[in-house]
Amino acid sequence: MSVLTVENLSKGFGGVQAVAELSFSITEKRIHSIIGPNGAGKTTLFNLITGIYTPSSGRISLLGDDITGLPTAARAARGIQRTFQNLQIFFNMTALENVMVGRHLSLRPRLLPSLLRLPASARADRETEAQAADLMAYVGLGKWLDADADAMPYGALKRLEIARALAARPRLLLLDEPAAGLNAVETAEIDELIKRIAAGGTTVVLVEHDMKLVMGVSDHILVLDYGRKLADGTAAEVRANPDVIRAYLGAGAA
Amino acid sequence: MAEFLQFAFSGLTVGAIYALVALGFALIYNASHVINFAQGEFVTIGGMATVALMTGGGLPLLLAIPAAVMITALVGLALEKFAVEPAIGRPGGASVVTIIIITIGASIFIRGVVQVTLGKDFHRLPAFSGEAPIDILGARLQPQSLWVLGVTLLVVAALWWFFGRTRFGKAMLATSHNRLAAQLVGIDTRLVLLASFGLSAALGGLAGILTAPITLTKYDIGIMLGLKGFAAAILGGLGSGPGAIVGGIALGLAEALAAGYISSAYKDAVAFIIILVVLFVRPSGLLGGRSTERV
Amino acid sequence: MRRLLDARTGGLLALALIIALLPLILPNKFYYDVAIKTALNALVCVGLNLLIGYAGQISLGHAGFFALGGYASAVLTARYQWNGFAAMAVGMAGVGLLAFIVARPILRLRGHYLAMATLGLGIIIAIVLNREIPITGGPDGMTVPALRLGEWRLIGTTTWYWISGGVLLIAVWLALNLIDSGVGRALRALHGSEVAAETVGIDTTRYKVLIFVISAVFASLAGSLFAHAERFITPTEAGFMRSIEFVTMVVLGGMASTYGAVVGAAILTVLPQLLTKLHDYEHLAFGAVLILVMIFMPKGLVPTLQNRLRHLVGGQPR
Ligand SMILES: Nc1ncnc2c1ncn2[C@@H]1O[C@H](COP(=O)(O)OP(=O)(O)O)[C@@H](O)[C@H]1O
Ligand SMILES: [Mg+2]
Repeated sequence: MSVLTVENLSKGFGGVQAVAELSFSITEKRIHSIIGPNGAGKTTLFNLITGIYTPSSGRISLLGDDITGLPTAARAARGIQRTFQNLQIFFNMTALENVMVGRHLSLRPRLLPSLLRLPASARADRETEAQAADLMAYVGLGKWLDADADAMPYGALKRLEIARALAARPRLLLLDEPAAGLNAVETAEIDELIKRIAAGGTTVVLVEHDMKLVMGVSDHILVLDYGRKLADGTAAEVRANPDVIRAYLGAGAA
Repeated sequence: MAEFLQFAFSGLTVGAIYALVALGFALIYNASHVINFAQGEFVTIGGMATVALMTGGGLPLLLAIPAAVMITALVGLALEKFAVEPAIGRPGGASVVTIIIITIGASIFIRGVVQVTLGKDFHRLPAFSGEAPIDILGARLQPQSLWVLGVTLLVVAALWWFFGRTRFGKAMLATSHNRLAAQLVGIDTRLVLLASFGLSAALGGLAGILTAPITLTKYDIGIMLGLKGFAAAILGGLGSGPGAIVGGIALGLAEALAAGYISSAYKDAVAFIIILVVLFVRPSGLLGGRSTERV
Repeated sequence: MRRLLDARTGGLLALALIIALLPLILPNKFYYDVAIKTALNALVCVGLNLLIGYAGQISLGHAGFFALGGYASAVLTARYQWNGFAAMAVGMAGVGLLAFIVARPILRLRGHYLAMATLGLGIIIAIVLNREIPITGGPDGMTVPALRLGEWRLIGTTTWYWISGGVLLIAVWLALNLIDSGVGRALRALHGSEVAAETVGIDTTRYKVLIFVISAVFASLAGSLFAHAERFITPTEAGFMRSIEFVTMVVLGGMASTYGAVVGAAILTVLPQLLTKLHDYEHLAFGAVLILVMIFMPKGLVPTLQNRLRHLVGGQPR
């Protein structure tokens, strides 16, 4: 079944057409990758899917429902989560609190019980804390529980964003270059983590430059070039596509 | 008609003063993204220093004015050097709120100094060229108003020449567009920041001198003028030079017309009511651009 | 989190102890009055800190809410013979409603535009209080009847010392609870990254409005108590400089630190009293102190000192 369907989506900035007449769909419980050179419009596409940018035209639907006009938070409530290429960590909080914020939608904190710290509210808070701690262990950040986010290394922050997104128990998880800036060992760990997340039933959309990682984990690959779809299919199909070889893979991987 | 003209004259005059103060805000904002809440105090210093130089120092008006503008500019430079620079020069910079508090501290400090040295009384400057009003279509125009409008026009022309034609002016513009890029091409952005404080202080000082014969001057006259200048700068779109001028004139006119036709009791509120309404409708001011934040 | 809990109870106990023991060293009525003003300023600052320090939204107009609360109490009790507590509640509700109505458009603004809008709102309130002389008494201010609890008239500096101290203690407790809850985390999150907060499902506008209203209601309550404690109120309480004073207290004490807000309020309420000895040099000195603290301790007193202390006992410096 299609989780996400994008139809004729376009977004321009002044003269630049970052995403142009793009259509594709994402099937459930798979790992989809979106590749393309820098500036191809991958991040812009994520921003459109999460509602951070409004499209110039086109339609986005999640599980059959049109979500094109919905604000970002409402899309989160329907099960979309993401990480950011340029980290968007809550640097004014601890690592654990960052992940606890990810539980916001299920916690549904209410004002009066919070102000008075009623037993039910305190209990829900403790549960959230425990769940967040579990998630941090799950992504391999067990030893950073009490760390302040602004004292953590880059690689750990990348995982922290993943843990925060997972805390919302998304149906669709968008990862924007999760391995960028990581060394080979760390990349292998992220590779393994992505597979584990997908095996748990979350649909993953991965934007990544590391071709080894992409080819290894993806069930399906979409290739973007100047905001347009250049090709899509399985790793093998994409690798064999002459357009792709010419425009993108030609230099390195082919 | 005569009545309307009367209100329009006084609106234009105050509006020109607001515009000068607003230009000062815009200059500093462009160089550093700092809002200088001591901008109004430059107005105070300009007027009060002229008074002091004339009554205490025995200088003639013609000498006292440039001297007072110089003094104000020096205070502006000192403010940048000793209060703003140490805060934003630190690694990591300083938050908006921190800088706001620093410049507010500076404004309180300056008011304190003026009050200690020159007292708390109202002072008056003689009008530059007599007080015999000129009759235009039944409305009476004070000669001082002509001075205010004329000098403001000159200043605007001079600024236009400075930013459009001179090397340093272009460097300042470049810095406001992209600080990093300006640094890369070898512009000394710290000097630009320093100069912007000196220049905007001089503008404020000039405004204070021009208006002193009309509104009188006092150690705390700068509070309201500064706030309204800020409102004018925001109204036009923060950082826009033409916006500052349009904003200043618009606020001055609106204020005078509202005071004339509606209620003079709420004259001081007009500027702030307008700014609230405009911000509700256009969150980045009349001439300010919109931008998509990049993530 | 256990540690946080301890810090909370520990800090509250310490504050309660200070409030309880302070009378032992307060020599006379004048100092009691300074203490009352400190507590009421601190009450405003604890609320304002939720907005500025935690949610990262500036307001240069909170004195307007403070004064509206004060005048609601003053006018309703003096001119309409209302019960003081009812007037206080109506003031809080009214201010909360006003804050709610203006919050949505205002909080869409960022940085300096937000500063301008809140500043404008505060100034408009101050001008209205100055001009509506038949109701407010104008610039001369108005006297306020004593607050009554049944037959008991709440008057005198000692009584008001305990009232304002007690209310402050409760406010600090509420604020600490809020910060350490899901609501508090949402507020801090939207400060840290508005985009990320939206992305995890936080309706950031709703939370900004919420905290703006809460901080305005805190200010209104403080204003009402102030009016009854001092038995007099003037429009200066709504003025721009008063708003600045509140923000300065928050920033000086330390943003995102509830105890910092209390410490900041204490220092900036007591300092001018000490500086009056300097007569004319009062403002000059006050301005200089502000600049110096912001240059050398941009994080504010309490967080800076906490870090030094942590450093001293061998922990990790932050
Ligand atoms: N907020 C924005 N404002 C202006 N241009 C933008 C903005 N976001 C992206 N762009 C432009 O859109 C194009 C696509 O960028 P992006 O989506 O970041 O590419 P990718 O993630 O594939 O590297 C680029 O030309 C970029 O400069
Ligand atoms: Mg990208």
